[in-house]
Amino acid sequence: MNQSPPVEKDAPAVPVLQVQELTIRYGDKVAVDRVSLDIPETKITAIIGPSGCGKSTLLRALNRMNDYIEGLTMQGRVLYRGVDLYAKDVDPVQVRRRIGMVFQKPNPFPKSIYKNIAWGLAINGIRDGVPQRVERALQQAALWDEVKDRLHDSALALSGGQQQRLCIARALALEPEVLLMDEPCSALDPISTARIEDLLFQLRDTYTIVIVTHNMQQAARVSDYTAFLDGGHLVEFGPTEQVFTRPKEKRTEDYVTGRFG
Amino acid sequence: MSPPNGPHANAPDRPSSQRRRDALPRLLRRRGDGQLWRERLFHLFCAAVAWSGLVILVVLLFHVTRVGWPVLSWKFLTSPPSRFPHRAGIYPALMGTLWLIGLTTLFTVPVGVGAAIYLEEFATPSRWNRFIELNIANLAGVPSIIYGVLGLGVFVRWMHLGRSVLAGALTMSLLILPVVIIAAREAIRAVPDSIRQGAFALGATRWQAVRDHVLPSALPGILTGIILSIARAIGETAPLITIGALTYVVFVPESPLDRFTVLPIQIYNWASDSRRPFHDLAGAAIVVLLAVLLTVNAVAVWIRHRFEKYRMR
Repeated sequence: MNQSPPVEKDAPAVPVLQVQELTIRYGDKVAVDRVSLDIPETKITAIIGPSGCGKSTLLRALNRMNDYIEGLTMQGRVLYRGVDLYAKDVDPVQVRRRIGMVFQKPNPFPKSIYKNIAWGLAINGIRDGVPQRVERALQQAALWDEVKDRLHDSALALSGGQQQRLCIARALALEPEVLLMDEPCSALDPISTARIEDLLFQLRDTYTIVIVTHNMQQAARVSDYTAFLDGGHLVEFGPTEQVFTRPKEKRTEDYVTGRFG
Repeated sequence: MSPPNGPHANAPDRPSSQRRRDALPRLLRRRGDGQLWRERLFHLFCAAVAWSGLVILVVLLFHVTRVGWPVLSWKFLTSPPSRFPHRAGIYPALMGTLWLIGLTTLFTVPVGVGAAIYLEEFATPSRWNRFIELNIANLAGVPSIIYGVLGLGVFVRWMHLGRSVLAGALTMSLLILPVVIIAAREAIRAVPDSIRQGAFALGATRWQAVRDHVLPSALPGILTGIILSIARAIGETAPLITIGALTYVVFVPESPLDRFTVLPIQIYNWASDSRRPFHDLAGAAIVVLLAVLLTVNAVAVWIRHRFEKYRMR
């Protein structure tokens, strides 16, 4: 794999996504409260916080996956490379092509392994070199060696960890710029989790990754930046090392040291 | 570990988990034989109910087949009805039934599945949509004769379709549409939302997600609903008599605008005759009707099986 663009490690991070004063409500209930946040390019940003703090809602706002939720209202802006994702002339379908997503529970389509990846290409009008693209995506997701002899078997026959890597491959095949991951390991055993984390390390130079996680150790292990959310508020955002070792806020310290709720 | 009810069982300073463990053998004991007997009796009752339905069906089938079998022949299938029992056949009624099945399926499947897709996938919960939903549920319970009167008024008279097989099929479509819609909606709703989310996350439109993932997953359920409904339509008589399907037809419909009769009407006609040989003809026609029903079911099972295999590829 030699397709990652040269990245200067010390260059100041350019924000790919900018969340500005974002408020999201389910009916009257405020889920995300005036959050502002810059997601840096080709870095892994972790969003941590207790259950129900609005992590997933915030994540799903980044590629308009909240569009289908009834009774949800938004204020504020989400900019992708300076473009407001919620502007009237923006097509959510195009947004999701560039900003992919992997869910908490592996959700492969009830089709073959091959079709799971080829379908995303087909609906996006990609007809050339589909088998090569499928292979490359599977290799990027570190799944190729395990499935190359049974590409046409059902994806549902794979283990949970393999299914999740297939879902990652499915997202990568579209060559998105950003990959959103909503607790991608919470349904997996520790070995599968370790494999996904290894994978994240391989992807970090090529993709901008935002990962929501319940698992503090995971956030500390894999991320470059960490955002701590509590009750819909962004309590603290900074380099992971600083957030975990020298948090500025008392609440962050209580949470990362486990003295919280 | 102390024995149950041992010297320490009631000691106040025992940890509660220890006390629970001591009480375990007592808790697991069966509470008298009455419980067991009630359990067995209920089991027996359920089995008896399930089997009695089957036994009655088998007895009926056996009786009808015994009566109708000697009459069944190629000539019976290809001849028109007649005043003379030995010449009478069911060709027009059989063809009328096949026409009716074909046209009704043609109307019902796209409209029913389309309505279900709209209501489940595209409609937002507005007052208007709730009104539609409520009406569909109510229509499913309307007696079939009412549909017959409606068909007579709308299709036969107002649309000037006459007493044609087309008018009959449209009436039957109205009759079974609510059931098809409800069954299709249930099947679509049963498709896990994670599948749709996965599709959207790849940049799919709602229609692409529905076409390639939701519908194939829901298809077995939708087909089951359609088959049951068509089976009902095949057996219905009342609405067709109301719209004026004839009881004595010696020709076969050659276009949707031709007049027609169907097997159940023919059966009713023969069974109500006072002469014994016509009862045998009715028995034979019932066997043919059942064969048609089973064929429709078999075709649907085959499609379903094929589609499930296709889906996995």
